[in-house]
Amino acid sequence: MNSDLDLFLWLIYPYICLTIFVFGHIWRYRYDKFGWTSRSSQMYERDILRWANPMFHFGILAVFLGHVMGLGVPQTWTAAVGISEGMYHFLAITIGVVAGICTIVGFVGLVYRRRFTKAVLGATSRMDKLMYLVLGLVIVLGLVNTGSQLVGDYNYRGGVSIWFRSIFYFSPKPDLMVAAPLSFQIHAILAIGLFALWPFTRLVHVFTAPLGYIFRPYILYRTRDAHEGSRSRRRGWDKVDTIPRRR
Amino acid sequence: MQVMAQMAMVMNLDKCIGCHTCSVTCKQVWTNRSGAEHIWFNNVETRPGQGYPRTYEDQERWKGGWALNRRGRLKLKAGGRLKNLSTIFAAPYLPGIKDYYEPWTYDYENLTTAPAQKHMPVARPKSLLTGENTKITWSANWDDDLAGSVENGHNDPVLAKVSDKIKFEYEQTFMFYLPRICEHCLNPACVASCPTGAIYKREEDGIVLVDQDRCRGWRQCVTGCPYKKMYFNHKTGKVEKCTFCYPRIEVGQPTICSETCVGRLRYLGLMLYDADRVLEAASTPDEHGLYEAQRDVFLDPNDLEVIREARAAGIPEDWIEAARRSPIRALISDYQVALPLHPEYRTMPMVWYIPPLSPVVDAVSETGEDGERHENLFAAIDRLRIPIEYLAGLFTAGDTKPVDGVLRKLAAMRSYMRDINMGWEPNEAIPESVGMTDQQMKDMYRLLAIAKYNERYVIPPAHYEDAHKLENIATECSLDVDGGPGMGGSGDTGGMGGIGGMDGSFAENPARGGGSPVPSRPEGVRINLLNWNGQGTPEGLFPDTTDASTTNLSKPAHPDHPGTGDQP
Ligand code: HEM
Ligand code: SF4
Ligand code: SF4
Ligand code: SF4
Repeated sequence: MNSDLDLFLWLIYPYICLTIFVFGHIWRYRYDKFGWTSRSSQMYERDILRWANPMFHFGILAVFLGHVMGLGVPQTWTAAVGISEGMYHFLAITIGVVAGICTIVGFVGLVYRRRFTKAVLGATSRMDKLMYLVLGLVIVLGLVNTGSQLVGDYNYRGGVSIWFRSIFYFSPKPDLMVAAPLSFQIHAILAIGLFALWPFTRLVHVFTAPLGYIFRPYILYRTRDAHEGSRSRRRGWDKVDTIPRRR
Repeated sequence: MQVMAQMAMVMNLDKCIGCHTCSVTCKQVWTNRSGAEHIWFNNVETRPGQGYPRTYEDQERWKGGWALNRRGRLKLKAGGRLKNLSTIFAAPYLPGIKDYYEPWTYDYENLTTAPAQKHMPVARPKSLLTGENTKITWSANWDDDLAGSVENGHNDPVLAKVSDKIKFEYEQTFMFYLPRICEHCLNPACVASCPTGAIYKREEDGIVLVDQDRCRGWRQCVTGCPYKKMYFNHKTGKVEKCTFCYPRIEVGQPTICSETCVGRLRYLGLMLYDADRVLEAASTPDEHGLYEAQRDVFLDPNDLEVIREARAAGIPEDWIEAARRSPIRALISDYQVALPLHPEYRTMPMVWYIPPLSPVVDAVSETGEDGERHENLFAAIDRLRIPIEYLAGLFTAGDTKPVDGVLRKLAAMRSYMRDINMGWEPNEAIPESVGMTDQQMKDMYRLLAIAKYNERYVIPPAHYEDAHKLENIATECSLDVDGGPGMGGSGDTGGMGGIGGMDGSFAENPARGGGSPVPSRPEGVRINLLNWNGQGTPEGLFPDTTDASTTNLSKPAHPDHPGTGDQP
């Protein structure tokens, strides 16, 4: 049976982290909208950023979609639409490796400029550094896992993926992770840890990706009253006003 | 017709002495913060010069503003929506900090802590980005008064369009200052470029603002604004811009830059315009037609139909009245001496300029001729093609005709008024020669030369009663009825007017003056409501209606809100 550690790692820890992830974002959105930004450093340095940042982002967005496919969609569904196991693997590995390498190269470029451009280094917080460390490890291990599919015969869609979905059904199956190879285990632990860090880093910018731009009119008008920000005023910061206003 | 009101500014460039007071006071109030060192909501440029940030007017490089596509439709010069989103990870046309300047401070501590040594200790400049020693090589006004123009003059994008052979002569002939703030455009490219929709134009007064809680630092608006008046704060990761000092405007006070302007060359007032026609005007095919097209978008607040539509659009009576008295309207529409800055960017800017005549006067005077005689000035305007072309490059997309016309009017006024002031026979042929009557000429002279505070700044206070009308129904104090103890919400600002230390002007400008008609402050009057026994009208509460020079906006109670006087 599972040891206490196994239970903690594959059952309690994910729930803790995901709870922090969800409530952390709610908290941050309510109390720190002003800090919710991508913290662009392009003004300081643009030559490396110009290739590294798009490369990293397009890579990581592809990786994200890959995870939605690999972790989110059960093997039976892909089989049902006629994608054979071999075909799936071929696609997953080629696309995964290309996206992974893009991500890593872009990431290295970004970290390089962060470290060696003085102005960018000056604008890097401790939280940034921790986030870069964890994110970097997650990405590298992820690529290792994808690569391992070439040589090994572990079918993660029959293990890790089912465990991952089981968390969301609230009937977790920790033993599936206990049986997974070490590199998958570490990747998962770090990735879940990253989720717990997420709301407290600049990564929050992902959740305000401005897709609405495509549909909105170009010029926006707002009435004067509406501009105070959607957050309610903090205690002690009430406006000088004679009418008791609804808070 | 969709009537909207817009707060606007006109600057009379002949009077600007390039003192930078406006820049400094604005900075003290708004951007005196870490991360905002390079942010100058107001900056003053010497022209010809590169401007700030350097060469911002070169839209082939920076891609600001709008352009017409092949089908004649207006689109952002930097690209449409999808292009904007796909370049979000690394904005291709974003100025770097070096295009502004590297912010710095001095190592003052060294002056007091340096050990005894043979030479005086110095405070070395330190970069605020890296903390290291730095060399100061540029700033917001490094090329002030044409400093370094031999090296840098050729970088002026406007000058580059004026043909080569006249450049040299031009540089010897003149120089002037161009103070710039955000244009609070009718068709703002910054708003259109913001992927999140954090930037907006206020419905009531057209002021363009950034919602700091919604800005996500995608920085596309910096590219979008052709005047480069969106500034990225490198500490907060958010974008900031000139606010038109809206907290002051809302209580009827002029912006800081206007209030403190040493040359008293700024005018503030309302313009009514037809929002339905803005897009069409901004899409005018011929660049030279843009100035006219924008003027046609403005509405005449004396026109009965316009008044009807304005009321229908919810514009309060005192605002319509203020639009009638607007000095901006007089300068733009009546005398037609104010011109927009770079109409070819198609954003429909709302800070306009009266181009400087002084270079022409100087040139004439230098020849030993009479620089105040209209014949001499007219001849010089015809002859001095270079300055005229340069001014046209700034204000009319290169069309020299309107600039010519404006300078002639200014020259005529100068000459005509000199005769009068010297006690000579006024020459009626002078106003006629520029298509004006003598009365118009005198009125224009008054507005340009001697207009007092209340004539230069006609700012109707904001109406708060509308904004909270609905809420009030639910939350108003039940004692808050006529004659009740809570009557009228006790007017917080009014009550404080007499308390020591508070600027009396505040009391004269009740911020929430729903029913009280105090548009702009009467000079030298203070009110003390603490001494008022509640009977009659306290002295000085209402401006003197008999004196034409301090006319107030004799405002009927707001139709939607008759009643209790000082209701917030
Ligand atoms: C989905 C839409 C996304 C958009 C629109 C977006 C946009 C941006 C932008 C504009 C920057 C600032 C670049 C700069 O000028 O310095 C940035 C930085 C960054 N983003 Fe994203 N991002 C997205 C998704 C993601 C995702 C999924 C991740 C990773 C999990 C990510 C991680 C980062 C990191 C680590 C940085 C910092 C780069 C650096 O300066 O070193 N982003 N992003
Ligand atoms: S001048 Fe002001 S309103 Fe116009 S585009 Fe630039 S920032 Fe926007
Ligand atoms: S209007 Fe206010 S914020 Fe804008 S430039 Fe003038 S002083 Fe600065
Ligand atoms: S304060 Fe007035 S005179 Fe001085 S630079 Fe500014 S606009 Fe010109």
